[in-house]
Amino acid sequence: MSEVLSFHFDVDGNDFTCAGQASVQVKKNLRRLGLSPETIRRVSIAMYEGEINMVIHAGGGHAEVRVAQDAIEIILEDKGPGIADIEKAMQAGYSTAPDTIRSLGFGAGMGLPNMKRYTDSLDIQSTVGVGTRIVMRVNLDN
Amino acid sequence: MKICKIQELLDARVLVGEEDLGKHVYSACGSDMMSDVLAFVKDQAVLVTGLVNVQVIRTAEMMDMVCVVFVRDKQPTEEMLRLAKECGIVVLASKKRMYEACGILYSNGLVGNKLKEPTA
Repeated sequence: MSEVLSFHFDVDGNDFTCAGQASVQVKKNLRRLGLSPETIRRVSIAMYEGEINMVIHAGGGHAEVRVAQDAIEIILEDKGPGIADIEKAMQAGYSTAPDTIRSLGFGAGMGLPNMKRYTDSLDIQSTVGVGTRIVMRVNLDN
Repeated sequence: MKICKIQELLDARVLVGEEDLGKHVYSACGSDMMSDVLAFVKDQAVLVTGLVNVQVIRTAEMMDMVCVVFVRDKQPTEEMLRLAKECGIVVLASKKRMYEACGILYSNGLVGNKLKEPTA
């Protein structure tokens, strides 16, 4: 895919209040590009869930959003603890988040399933003790 | 249903967005778990919740929702109200509990929204 635009964000892992700020910014940027509301919503929800995950589990990380003619790619990278069992983590309702996170409205085990739900492809590369790299793609109907 | 009707039915206070009370909404959901809210998609929705933190407003913004109703007399923070104002989201606060608030809205015609099927 030939890249048209890309946005890069550092996700602060120390402040849950700030989690989601990058996704809000992406949403604003995509609106300016005149993409359909449905596409914008899918990209921003998938990224929001990913961003929340990075803050909850990995102490923050980096996010990149690449906009091309045919698709939008969201790349999330962290140096967190990694995901031991990706298949299990993909199951709706499965979560390793502590109760403190649940009391904040997250950690219901819906993050990764939602990321899959709203994207056309989701690829997770993770090594325990090293980190996680997630690439999501939302196709654009031209 | 107009947002002002929701305000009337739930005997709610308007904390943000007085000027948008005339907007129409067609669906709603009630939850304290934001990821559950994010699993549903439909335009013009209302979020009924008892959870109070900025992620409630961000979730509503991500979902293009137009109104958030805080139940159980929960008071959102100044930062939440500022964010809501920025995003053009109406914020209401009601003393009713979640079950009752949802029941009243549902029985008056504001139905739930449908789950988006996972993409293959």
